Amino acid sequence: MSTPLAPSLAVRRPLNPKTDPINGHKGVDLGDGSQLVSVRMAICQALYEEMNRDPSIYVMGEEVAQYNGAYKVTKGLLDVFGPERVIDSPITESGFTGMAVGAAMTGLRPVIEFMSWNFSFVAFDQIISNASKMNYMTGGMFPIPLVMRGPNGAGPRVSSQHSHAVEAIYSHFPGLIVVSPSTPYDAKGLMKTALRQNNPVCFLENEMLYNLEQEIPIADYAIPFGQADLKREGSDCTIVAVSRSVHWSLEAAAELAKEGIECEVLDLRTVKPLDIDAIVRSVRKTNRCVVVEECYRTGGIGAEVAAQLMEFAFDDLDAPVGRVTTTENPMPYAANLEHETLPKPHRIIAAVRAACYR
Amino acid sequence: MPAQLYQVDPIAVRNEIGRDRLLAMWRQMLLVRRFEERAELAYKARQIAGFLHLYIGQEAVATGWFAHLNPGIDASVTSYRCHAQAILSGVGIDELMAELYGKATGNVKGKGGSMHFFSKEKKMLGGHGIVGGQIPVGTGAAFSAKYRKSGGVSISFFGDGATPQGTFHESLNMASLWGLPAIYMIENNQYGMGTACSRSNAVESLAETKAIGYGMKSYTFDGLDLFASWKCAQEAIAYVRRESKPILVEAKTYRYRGHSVSDAGLYRSKEEVDRYKELDPIGRVQAALHEAKWLSDVEAEAIEEEVRERVAACVTFAEQSPEPALSELATHVYAAS
Repeated sequence: MSTPLAPSLAVRRPLNPKTDPINGHKGVDLGDGSQLVSVRMAICQALYEEMNRDPSIYVMGEEVAQYNGAYKVTKGLLDVFGPERVIDSPITESGFTGMAVGAAMTGLRPVIEFMSWNFSFVAFDQIISNASKMNYMTGGMFPIPLVMRGPNGAGPRVSSQHSHAVEAIYSHFPGLIVVSPSTPYDAKGLMKTALRQNNPVCFLENEMLYNLEQEIPIADYAIPFGQADLKREGSDCTIVAVSRSVHWSLEAAAELAKEGIECEVLDLRTVKPLDIDAIVRSVRKTNRCVVVEECYRTGGIGAEVAAQLMEFAFDDLDAPVGRVTTTENPMPYAANLEHETLPKPHRIIAAVRAACYR
Repeated sequence: MPAQLYQVDPIAVRNEIGRDRLLAMWRQMLLVRRFEERAELAYKARQIAGFLHLYIGQEAVATGWFAHLNPGIDASVTSYRCHAQAILSGVGIDELMAELYGKATGNVKGKGGSMHFFSKEKKMLGGHGIVGGQIPVGTGAAFSAKYRKSGGVSISFFGDGATPQGTFHESLNMASLWGLPAIYMIENNQYGMGTACSRSNAVESLAETKAIGYGMKSYTFDGLDLFASWKCAQEAIAYVRRESKPILVEAKTYRYRGHSVSDAGLYRSKEEVDRYKELDPIGRVQAALHEAKWLSDVEAEAIEEEVRERVAACVTFAEQSPEPALSELATHVYAAS
């Protein structure tokens, strides 16, 4: 990816595919308490460590075991934990999601993989009518400790049915937690939290970020839900982003700095619960805000952030909140059309300039 | 071709069950029916609202099967027609009636209503409002039992109207593929809401034909006959426990009331309903008890009276219970971590 990295993403050396592991749960020990991992490895490592700690965790999904995962996120887990805990399911999303709800109601902590979140729509009723409401409609009798994970957002040139970004859809429903990390550090820390708490979590990964590398601590850590992270400091405009949009925003911010506009890039990390306090804090400083996301514009994250800024920071805004989203069309296949559909840096740059009246 | 019904010798089964257990089951069936009749009255008096799907006529099915289950080790799940399963799991009727009244003392604190009865202690996993949505949940409980080596089984109840849903087929496939101790019980009351089974299913014998496709054993029994239900359950549940394999069961049954209380029942004749009322499962058990001289008229009246009083008491409890505090609105949306 031609993405300029945030300072925290600078690495002493990249992974060497000839000598280093490039997937599985083992990072490359850098000798000073840190390790080099990719997003893919960070998620696998969190699963590995928590499965070692907690025998009630099992992993189920299509191709997660013998095939090592369609995107190799679960590579090696079958060898360590065996077929009782790492289970290839038939292509039956509604079935294995509902099954996970029943397992969660009877003492287990299921992790299910949607090969992509596009396929979660087949399981929509189980996610919404069962997982999201169970604790409430049973008066707190049946919490659902369930992690639903898989890649979300547009893959490379996979067109209309394989390019959905589901952050906003699932954030709509009370009872669900929606998480979407942009870095290896965040991915591991958030997955640790997801595996240790008692609510259904939509853990949205991004295929285009799986290979992104970072040095992270070897020691155990967890990142609480609902805490945004400042990925770049600036004074002129706040860019609120999540997942892959964070990297497009950093790229745009680097370009804008050349013309004297310093952007603050705030990575939500958790879409629900939303860290509105961090957004307001940043907007009080910059007085401007642009939201960048892969969801659609109508009812998207930007719509929610803009509404909440109006409620909580109305007097601090010097310009309307800008929204850079996936354009409102199904994803086309043609390269040039796909490029214009996604919230790429050139569109972010235009939106920030508009917010700054430049 | 209709499936061959599971055959029993009623006298032999009656004697195998014995006086005490048969009396206990008769009382359970009475309790379920009187509870629901009282709920229906309260609904018509607008003391309770929402949907109310009654099990009246189908009592022999769940009663016969719960007699062989151990709620708490074994799990159960069912549709929105869930009152009987909760009572037979051992949930007290005070909290159930209070739930229908939407009170703070209700089974799920007034947050569920008629369609959502649950018990953690008894592993009664609901009470589900989406047709067929509970079948994978029951499958998950069977998976969990096998994973934890608990020795338990799960039973998923659903109607004939749920068998065309994808979740039914997905669950059967997984359960058979992985050898899960799961019982799938089609309570074929002949109508999915107002649509006759023959208008929504391409075949007549649901369990027999579907089970073959998933490499499963099936049973079909007369769901209006407690003896058939009890004996079939005894054999089938023992098979599931012994072999750790799922089974698909079809109970041929009938509901006297509409799909829900608001259903006028224009899709079937009064004569049809009356014909089935003559086969009433509770009356038949009482007749068998009398025939065996295990129950006198005086004893029967005493039990009837005791059940009526018990139900009246649960209504009083519900009426006198407070509504939930408004602060409850936002509790339990998320579980504490």
